[in-house]
Amino acid sequence: MNRRISADALRLAIPALSLTVLLAAVFWLQPRAMSYVGLNLLFNLAVPIALATIAQMLIMSVNDLDLSMGTFVSFVACVTATFLRDAPLVGVLILAGAVAVYSVLGVVIYLRNLPSIVVTLGMSFVWAGLAVLLLPSPGGQAPDWARALMTVKPPLVPMAIVASIAIAIVAHLVVMRSSLGVLIRGVGGNQRSVERAGWSVVATRAAAYGLAGIFAVLAGIALVGLTTSADANIALRYTLLSIAGVILGGGEFIGGRVSPVGAVIGALTLTLAGSFLSFLRISPDWQIGAQGAILIVVLALRLLLRRVEIREKGR
Amino acid sequence: MTAIARLSRKPWIWSWFAAFVVWFATILVTGGASTFGLSQAALTFAAFSIIVGIGQMFVITLGPGNIDLSVPATMTLAGTVALKLMDVDNAMIVPGLLVAVVIGIAVGIGNYALIKALRIPPIIATLSMSFIIQSTAIWTNRGLRIKPPSFLADFTTSSTLGIPNVAIIALVISLLAWFLLEKTIYGRWISAIGQSMPAARMAGIPVDGTRFATYVFCAVLASLAGYLLACFSGGAALNMGSEYLLMSIAVVVIGGTAVAGGDSNVPGIWGASLFMFLVVSMLNTYGLGAGIRLVMTGLIIISVILLAGGRQPGTR
Repeated sequence: MNRRISADALRLAIPALSLTVLLAAVFWLQPRAMSYVGLNLLFNLAVPIALATIAQMLIMSVNDLDLSMGTFVSFVACVTATFLRDAPLVGVLILAGAVAVYSVLGVVIYLRNLPSIVVTLGMSFVWAGLAVLLLPSPGGQAPDWARALMTVKPPLVPMAIVASIAIAIVAHLVVMRSSLGVLIRGVGGNQRSVERAGWSVVATRAAAYGLAGIFAVLAGIALVGLTTSADANIALRYTLLSIAGVILGGGEFIGGRVSPVGAVIGALTLTLAGSFLSFLRISPDWQIGAQGAILIVVLALRLLLRRVEIREKGR
Repeated sequence: MTAIARLSRKPWIWSWFAAFVVWFATILVTGGASTFGLSQAALTFAAFSIIVGIGQMFVITLGPGNIDLSVPATMTLAGTVALKLMDVDNAMIVPGLLVAVVIGIAVGIGNYALIKALRIPPIIATLSMSFIIQSTAIWTNRGLRIKPPSFLADFTTSSTLGIPNVAIIALVISLLAWFLLEKTIYGRWISAIGQSMPAARMAGIPVDGTRFATYVFCAVLASLAGYLLACFSGGAALNMGSEYLLMSIAVVVIGGTAVAGGDSNVPGIWGASLFMFLVVSMLNTYGLGAGIRLVMTGLIIISVILLAGGRQPGTR
């Protein structure tokens, strides 16, 4: 046993370290956060963000980018707070349809060789419009089961932590361990070689987009479970948050290099950064700016670590 | 026939075609009553997207992953600070403009410093930067709405020989951009970098210098647009740049610039900007609700992209 660490583990080191440091800082500033209720409050809103981040990660693993994530989660939230509560069957059909649309998008982008940024940009208008049609003003009500699921109180560890770990494990199994996950990352890494090996790129991309759609739907439902009502603009910031979460978690834009566990940690870090700043009593003017600064610091750390890694290899 | 065939192969022709169809569909409904007004409004509002779109186009030309998300925040900061400095005084117009340009240069330097020194992907670097810029804008502005100097307010809202002044400025900038892109070595350099950065580096092109200049150029154009927009709309608002994030990317791509980089064109930006404004005004003319209007806008954007099609490799 020598000190050789796998590249994947190293990829996780920095996100995990930054989350730990941030968490320690929060506990130091506000010791009362170190409790069941405190932890739950800190990480509550991270659950939908983590799900959306996994969805974005799936899209990024086939070298695309989804700029409609925020509006899509908002749309799902609106469906959840209206149809899924009042007419569950119709609601489920609508959401299934939305996931199918995602699959079709993945195929169309590939077949017509279109830029994913633009197609999803166009779709973001469509989802936003549909959300406004469903709920012109904030309202609706969360289905009881979604509410119950998000407020359940498991013993010892709060729901937010349990849910985050569950999401990380499921995503890890799907993306890193299943043959579908390997194919999806393969398409991101080298599309041509996957094709030559006899696999269908079309089917793989449809699956990647469809899976992303499913995770994004779960994000919308989880969000409504927390907020109890919905609004057409409820999750607009998820687009940028989800991209930042994937990158923070060690994922990359091209080459199918992603890390599901890292993505969940990235989402948790981003959520915690917000709480940390309010504990620091930073003037609200600078809160957004400080969030940007935290992002930069974490990425700078990652660069440092990579330098060390290269030096170690050179020896 | 060959002329048409050659024209239809130009990547920018589709955006012009789409803009014309939408324009025609709108005046069909109004019965030609407001043709002149509509065209003038389209030119005015398109001018701002053209200015930011050209900057974004230069950045996107640099190759995959290059994008500037700090455009809206830069617009807001430049608009707020410039108006605050000018303080309704006509004599301060030039210093105000200079301050806007300096802000643009500073943002550009900051963006590229993050990209280069920290090796952060441009999309995240400019995003983090935009958070910081936005905070600075909130801090300097504090919700105050300062009016622009009367001369600037008049200048940006009036027109010369029937053409809105802001459109004339956009035209001058476009000509400059076209010249830079097609006639100078710098333009060749950014295309070369966009096609293959390692190849460009081996060919002895100063890759870092060129990329740096491009990010600065984009940020300066964004701050100019912010300056003009703040004067045009009678004061800077903190959210005034927000719609230009998606707009600046959309006009570049609808205009036929390759998202993969290395191939761009200026005329397409004009067609796409006019198209984006005309779509919204057409749907408004039809008297549709906000929800339907958004859905239609999205579907129309996607259909234009589908029609224009992904370019086959090898054809230009």
